[in-house]
Amino acid sequence: MASALINVPAKAKRGEIIEIKTLMSHIMETGYRRTATGDLIPRNIITSFTCRYNGAEIFRADLFPAIAANPFITFFTIATESGKFDFDWIGDNGFTESASAFITVE
Amino acid sequence: MNEKEAMREPDTSTRRQFLGLAGGAAALGAVPVLTLRPAEATPAMLATAIRNVTGAAVVKIGKVRLDIPPLVENGNTVPMTVSVTSPMTPDDYVKSIHVFNEKNPQPNIGNFYLGPRAGRGQISTRIRLADSQKIVAVAQLSDGSFWQTSVDVVVTLAACTDEVI
Repeated sequence: MASALINVPAKAKRGEIIEIKTLMSHIMETGYRRTATGDLIPRNIITSFTCRYNGAEIFRADLFPAIAANPFITFFTIATESGKFDFDWIGDNGFTESASAFITVE
Repeated sequence: MNEKEAMREPDTSTRRQFLGLAGGAAALGAVPVLTLRPAEATPAMLATAIRNVTGAAVVKIGKVRLDIPPLVENGNTVPMTVSVTSPMTPDDYVKSIHVFNEKNPQPNIGNFYLGPRAGRGQISTRIRLADSQKIVAVAQLSDGSFWQTSVDVVVTLAACTDEVI
């Protein structure tokens, strides 16, 4: 159901600063909204996001209900070597989702 | 000529007196307002949330830049970029960026952990704003120092927390 969109440059020069854009499809229910009958809709958000570059963590984020639905996060890293980016999202109700992207560094 | 000047004289003096009085009254009125709400005053929740991150450290103003539209039409998704001035070398880099708000149900928006490999101390995301309010971004550098900036945002359509579905 959930799906990720990742934007990582396919190629980069060694030492170049590259931008990584990530979008995860998720409702990010705040836990502060109510139904017509007045019942509180339970919180259902992504609480944590991490990015690993060839196994080493380069970026991590704690998310709160104030992050908009379908969390979109962009950050930067230095292209050091060819390899793989692993992205992991962890959330309420046992939500886990991962994605990966490859980069060639010249 | 003479008549006109004679007429103008009392006119200007009363206008001056009036302005002087009005200015004085405004200054008097402003004093209690200023003492009640100093510029640095933030609601307790926001202050506590920031304190939870910074501990007892002094948070200095500067180095952090928070780009967010000053006038937001839809508070459900507001683009935001935080950038921190830093050389991003192994010895001097941005450790983390924390974003807070003043009037959402929760003071936290997000914590972002960077490192020397980030290359640039900058992150972007999209946030929710339940009201016109102040957004605060705090950055921790590798030497342990904290820096912050704040921006006031006007929201016309709030992210509805009490929305009935």
